[in-house]
Amino acid sequence: MIAALQSLHLTELGYLTLLAATPLTLAALGGLMCERSGVVNIALEGIMLTGAFVGYAAALATHNLWLGVLAAMLAGMAIAALHAALSISLLVDQIVSGTVINILAVGITGVYYRTYIQETSTVGPGILPTWHIPLLDRLPFLGQIFFQGQAITWAMLLLIVVVHVVLFHTVWGLRTRACGEHPLAADTVGINVYLVRYVNVIASGALAGLGGAYFSLQEIGNFLPNITGGRGFIALAAMIFGRWTPAGAFLASLLFAGADAVGARIQGFHNIPYQFLGMLPYVLTIVVVAGAMGRSIAPAAVGRPYKKQ
Amino acid sequence: MDLAIEWDQVHALLGENGAGKTTLMNVAYGLVRPDSGTILVDGNPVVIHGPQDAIRLGIGMVHQHFMLIPPLTVAENVILGHETVRAGGFVDQRAAEREVRDLSQRYGLEVDPRARIEGLPVGIQQRVEILKSLYRGARILILDEPTAVLTPQEVIGLFGILRNLAGEGSAIVFITHKLGEVMEVADTITVMRRGKVEATTRPSETNPAGLARLMVGRPVLLRVDKAPARPQRPVLELDHLVVHDDRRRVAVDGVALSVHAGEIVGIAGVEGNGQNELAEAIAGLRPDRGGRVLLDGQDVTRATTRHVLHGGLGFIPADRHRMGLVLEHSVSDNLVLSTFDRAPFARWIIRRFEAVLEYAQRLIKQFDIRAESPSQPAGSLSGGNQQKVVAARELGRQPRALLASQPTRGLDVGSIEFIHRQIVDQRDAGLAVLLISSELDEILSLADRVAVMYRGRIVAILEGDAIDRERIGLLMAGAA
Repeated sequence: MIAALQSLHLTELGYLTLLAATPLTLAALGGLMCERSGVVNIALEGIMLTGAFVGYAAALATHNLWLGVLAAMLAGMAIAALHAALSISLLVDQIVSGTVINILAVGITGVYYRTYIQETSTVGPGILPTWHIPLLDRLPFLGQIFFQGQAITWAMLLLIVVVHVVLFHTVWGLRTRACGEHPLAADTVGINVYLVRYVNVIASGALAGLGGAYFSLQEIGNFLPNITGGRGFIALAAMIFGRWTPAGAFLASLLFAGADAVGARIQGFHNIPYQFLGMLPYVLTIVVVAGAMGRSIAPAAVGRPYKKQ
Repeated sequence: MDLAIEWDQVHALLGENGAGKTTLMNVAYGLVRPDSGTILVDGNPVVIHGPQDAIRLGIGMVHQHFMLIPPLTVAENVILGHETVRAGGFVDQRAAEREVRDLSQRYGLEVDPRARIEGLPVGIQQRVEILKSLYRGARILILDEPTAVLTPQEVIGLFGILRNLAGEGSAIVFITHKLGEVMEVADTITVMRRGKVEATTRPSETNPAGLARLMVGRPVLLRVDKAPARPQRPVLELDHLVVHDDRRRVAVDGVALSVHAGEIVGIAGVEGNGQNELAEAIAGLRPDRGGRVLLDGQDVTRATTRHVLHGGLGFIPADRHRMGLVLEHSVSDNLVLSTFDRAPFARWIIRRFEAVLEYAQRLIKQFDIRAESPSQPAGSLSGGNQQKVVAARELGRQPRALLASQPTRGLDVGSIEFIHRQIVDQRDAGLAVLLISSELDEILSLADRVAVMYRGRIVAILEGDAIDRERIGLLMAGAA
């Protein structure tokens, strides 16, 4: 095992980790915006899957990868709007609503893929181009990890900062956190709790939808049924482990992604069955969440619908 | 009903729970829509559709349960909803802190704008609530039961602030059911009963007994008549009990106390100093982390709740809705909630409804429970009668010790009087009573010995002449 690790190229491992962390971080950022406003978003998985599919289909249809990315985000927002309507206005249990969306996404993307895409298309839309930052990409080690990458990875790095600033330095962020902690108190000072929650849930759809586009438009340039493979749930764990903060979510995503990257690279090397290595990120998720769960402090009102008197 | 509030005055709205005080003020603050009638401000009719309208008219409200967001800072809580914004939607944190500091200096409401709410004592949190209203330009300030969570010293501080604000030209509406406070702070008193104004008067023209009569509609005994206690052998003994709260922090820190047959030991303290955890640990609802609990000489430290109850403990929990009753079940089933599966209420696994009914009818009579029938759901009774059901169940089993936690919270004066009478009578019959209450008046009128709890410890046990309101108040605040 150790020999196998040593034989890995560390730069390559770092690069792969950052790649694998991209969809996790994006979905986790979406999840935390949503949960900070008081709505549990277990639907991240379904939103990402929908984003991956719609992004791919749109790119195929328009022959434009960027329109594909845009379509992925819009599809994510649409699905998130469904979650918002169910859980905020119709007071459906947020876990139930999220689960419904996850099942719906697997079904719909699977059916449309088999009926319209699998048979008809032979050539995919390709993948997003890689951008280098001149000079900085020549830095040893770091240069190749951080300063050359594809659009969605760049966007992810930028969005960590954006979400942090919005959440902790703007009026919108203050109101969002107020609604997630004590919606009645927010209401009594004249904040529209419903509006704040709707906007945050839909924004989370855009972020998770972009995360979904990573799979089909940046990583492999193709769509496969259930391509997200439970990453939405790992993102949820990253959000919790990162204590509902953008930087924390990113670091937690790197941890899970690192396990993913090691698992993927190491399988050729030893006589460890690859199935076990593939399990690594999922096992790590269970261990970390079980350990961190008790001590993490969720927004106080998360999961509880708000009903005006 | 009609009510006029004047500027420069502290106007007390006095009435029992359920008299309509809070509802009335929620109408004024726009949280509840009136069915008919008008509200006038400075002689002009106004329509208040929501808190925003009320705020615009200069009406501020300090709710009984604070509307503060614990993880945010004082300044953030004060400005929330009316933030000072810089370009790009950024919160101007520094301006906010400066404004809060200015306001708090101007009105003598000392508070650190950068402190987080969750770390502040309740008295300070209340100041933040008042600051919140002032920041929004409130000139009419409504305070709903503001003293319920304060220590006596904090109450004095609050009254100073209210007088100050009235002196500066504001109108203060002070909602309460405590007679003493009304006499102390109010310029004008309006007494409400069953949604109607019973009288409007001034402290100089009335006295507590007169006010109580107006509140309840009949003469009331303000003090509980009781003979000196004659304590016998110890029945409930706590031996350096340590209990953790839900966050696994020490909530009860080495409490040692014994309650003798024939006495009432009161535990005084501001809520949240470990009283709930202590009660739950004694009743077997929360695992103890150290020490021992003895009931009638038997070690029940690790016993299940069922075992403790059948071993002779009567338990009136603090929250009758969550723990005391199954609201959907009938009064009679609630009365046998802990004994339904044994003789005479069951034979083998078959319930005997005649026996239950007979027993229920007896208790309903004995405890004066106003129910239409024993099969009525407990949740449809009034608060006072619900609590009588709990008391009847626990005392009806003839326990040797009674653990009563906030036994009269939210009850009307009549029911309070009745439950106090029951507790004293049972004491005289040899019951050992441990009374936990955050109402100092209740402790002072019932307890033979007073243990003061602060941050999980018993900081003093007072007896006889040493039981002194001011002294207890200081101990409750941690100033030993």
